[in-house]
Amino acid sequence: MIYLDYNASTPLRPQAKEALVATLDLTGNPSSPHHMGRQLRSLIDTARKAILEKIEGERLVFTSGGTEANALALSSVESFPVIVSAIEHDSVLKAVKNPHLIPVTEEGRVDLEKLEALLSSFEKPGLLSLMLVNNETGVIQPVQEVARLARSKGWKVHTDASQALGHVPLSFKNLGVDLLTLSSHKCGGPIGVGALVIKESLHLAPLIRGGGQEYGMRAGTLSAPLIVGFATAAKEALNDNSTLLQRYQQKIETSLPAAVVYGKKAPRVSHVVSLGMPGVLAELQLMAFDLKGIAISAGAACSSGTMKTSHVLTAMGIPEQEARCAIRVSMGWQTRKEDIDQFIQEWQNIYHLQRLKEAS
Amino acid sequence: MAYSTEVIDHYENPRNVGTLDSKDDFVGTGLVGAPACGDVMKLQIKVNAQGVIEDAKFKTFGCGSAIASSSLVTEWIKGKTVEEASTIKNTTIAHHLALPPVKIHCSMLAEDAIRAAIQDFKGKQKAA
Amino acid sequence: MERPIYLDYQATTPCDPRVLQAMLPYFTAEFGNPHSRNHAYGWRAEEAVEAARMKVASLINADPKALIFTSGATESNNLAIKGVAHFYQEKKDHIITCATEHKCVLNSCRQLEQEGFKITYLPVDSNGLIDLNHLKEAITEKTVLVSIMAVNNEIGVIQPLAEIGKICRERGIFFHTDAAQAVGKIPMDVEAMNIDLLSISAHKLYGPKGVGALYVRRKPRVRIQSLINGGGQERGMRPGTLSPPLCVGLGEACAIASAEMPSEYARLKVLRDRFYHAIKTGLEEVYLNGDLEQRIPGNLNLSFAHVEGEGLMMGIKDLAVSSGSACTSASLEPSYVLRALGVEEEMAHTSLRLGFGRFTTEEEIDLAAQKIIKEVNRLREMSPLWEMNREGIDIKSIKWAAH
Repeated sequence: MIYLDYNASTPLRPQAKEALVATLDLTGNPSSPHHMGRQLRSLIDTARKAILEKIEGERLVFTSGGTEANALALSSVESFPVIVSAIEHDSVLKAVKNPHLIPVTEEGRVDLEKLEALLSSFEKPGLLSLMLVNNETGVIQPVQEVARLARSKGWKVHTDASQALGHVPLSFKNLGVDLLTLSSHKCGGPIGVGALVIKESLHLAPLIRGGGQEYGMRAGTLSAPLIVGFATAAKEALNDNSTLLQRYQQKIETSLPAAVVYGKKAPRVSHVVSLGMPGVLAELQLMAFDLKGIAISAGAACSSGTMKTSHVLTAMGIPEQEARCAIRVSMGWQTRKEDIDQFIQEWQNIYHLQRLKEAS
Repeated sequence: MAYSTEVIDHYENPRNVGTLDSKDDFVGTGLVGAPACGDVMKLQIKVNAQGVIEDAKFKTFGCGSAIASSSLVTEWIKGKTVEEASTIKNTTIAHHLALPPVKIHCSMLAEDAIRAAIQDFKGKQKAA
Repeated sequence: MERPIYLDYQATTPCDPRVLQAMLPYFTAEFGNPHSRNHAYGWRAEEAVEAARMKVASLINADPKALIFTSGATESNNLAIKGVAHFYQEKKDHIITCATEHKCVLNSCRQLEQEGFKITYLPVDSNGLIDLNHLKEAITEKTVLVSIMAVNNEIGVIQPLAEIGKICRERGIFFHTDAAQAVGKIPMDVEAMNIDLLSISAHKLYGPKGVGALYVRRKPRVRIQSLINGGGQERGMRPGTLSPPLCVGLGEACAIASAEMPSEYARLKVLRDRFYHAIKTGLEEVYLNGDLEQRIPGNLNLSFAHVEGEGLMMGIKDLAVSSGSACTSASLEPSYVLRALGVEEEMAHTSLRLGFGRFTTEEEIDLAAQKIIKEVNRLREMSPLWEMNREGIDIKSIKWAAH
């Protein structure tokens, strides 16, 4: 089985698994004052500190994942305008009703000129959310520039960095944002945990209320095993060899001249390729790949059950017929050269088969 | 909430637990705190003719820090004159026991207990 | 330091090794996003999640389709209460709950109160149980939801769920119960008890932390507004990627609880009674908080008069116990649950919660009782209140300075 769907979920890294399993054996509630509770609390605090140090963040609230972190970040604004890019993940796009959308260029980057005009059209500032790395195209967004621009006008800035950790340099400080989302299972950690990194001066009204954990911003008993697994994976992700993935990316793109690569001219991460096979619907491609033991998806896993046309490609101005023929190849720490070779081989087979059908 | 080794030592081996005869004119008794607040300290001093505290006893209802604070001050005030004892500050107690901020009130209670005991002793002397 | 004796089963339960074994493959070999519909990794993950859903549903006699996975009971309770309130707010704006509920229920209600909802906090009797007449009287035309916990986390008492459910059903009001401390400990049946929404926590029934569930009745249908918006998972009520290992863990924990409940109930009752007897024999002036009969077997909440609870905990540091709810025990306030029972503040300060569970042994029980008796006696010798009590002085007769 070849797994090329890392942006949906990554396999758990062995170091993260080891740390997680070791912590599963410990008993206690990290909020309890006795020895067993304190031991878990200290593991959690160490993990929190380790992540914060690596990304130069200020304060970190653990959540159940990226989706909840995004919801928490966007719920912090109540009656203020919210601007999000047109290519955000659904958890940002749908977090508030009818947000204002920043359009993107045909290469899939937000249009800075249009953004500036949009910002100027508001009398009072609100919240702007722009993802750091797009989950479908891998295009890196100019978050630092956007943050500088928006913050100079008094806006708060959130970035969903779920797909960024380990793939681009990630510094909360340098990005200059107020809020930043992280997801554990997108960087080789367990599913079920994520984090929202927050400026110390901000206090968010909690979505989930209760015992006052996480600075009063997110109640619920913390899971030390998940958190320790997450922190371990984050550390490992920063040591990943991106040159190798870049080579794979180049290989896919040069070996398949018939394919369309979306966002190719924009700055991109090296582990994602948004790949169009002219004339072949994504559903058919995915079935054919699955029969050959290759796991890939067309876009975000949350909506992939319904196979809608990608809102990301649509926002880039790709016609619907064409966008429906795009798949997303995403690689990661376990991907081998043989996997890529086989993928290229199968892509060509599917493509040629289709050509033959058309010719006959 | 880890306790300092000083707190643990006083909690596990409290010094001068006990009761002096409160009817004795040379014994001053201080009873401070309240059961509803979770801590009560009783501190007693026995003062000799030279005005020196020659014995001190305590009993405390409260957390480890409250017990340690009262135990510690009985050690400190023994051998001191009443005037010297009355200068002991809660900050010194808190510092010595490395009390966390949420436990500072325990050291304040111990300071109050010393003052209350001295006041009781002085009241008896005046009446006598 | 040797491993402490764990007597804090209401704060959290250790993960059962069998649960751990069931989860482990899904942490590595079976990886995949259960929402990826286009490849085998995703399908296998989805199958495992659905099998787990069946197991959880079966433990509470529910339709598996009516069960959604969450990050835990705190989220389930927030989702149930705020979700129902917000969905039906145009028509109804009154909620009935109880003074001894878990903080996450009370705080969800406080938030709704700030938004303009009306909340009735039912009092409890001195045994910790609500009075059904109070409930009936509190119901108005505007009541949308009654939220009463199944089992209290501090005193372990079991509320009259079937009776509450019957009243709610008759009046057309939704009934939510926070069953975090009940599921797997006592039989729970959403049909027989007419429960419309029910919160479950995995880590209170020997499963992993970080996962729970919410039952949301489909017939007659209960609608809720989601807390988190996004990818549409869990029928739109709870978006976010589901964790196959955590869901499998919860499912396995439910299956084990289902199989072992009768024998474990009986075993724990024997242990609990043995412990209680040892304490009552060894010490005077120990008071039980909450009803003894209407109570899960794995809990005792005892006031050791004239000995302060935090001080006592320090003396029995090789026993992991709690002096109140874990969430609030860092603060020095006496337990609001005990206060709601009418326990005086000075008595509330002397209370310990003792929780027994699947891995508690008779040997541990005996040792724990011995240690507690020894330490209470030592601290009483040091307590001015005990001294007064022995001398026959009523501590209430003394004018205490508040501080």
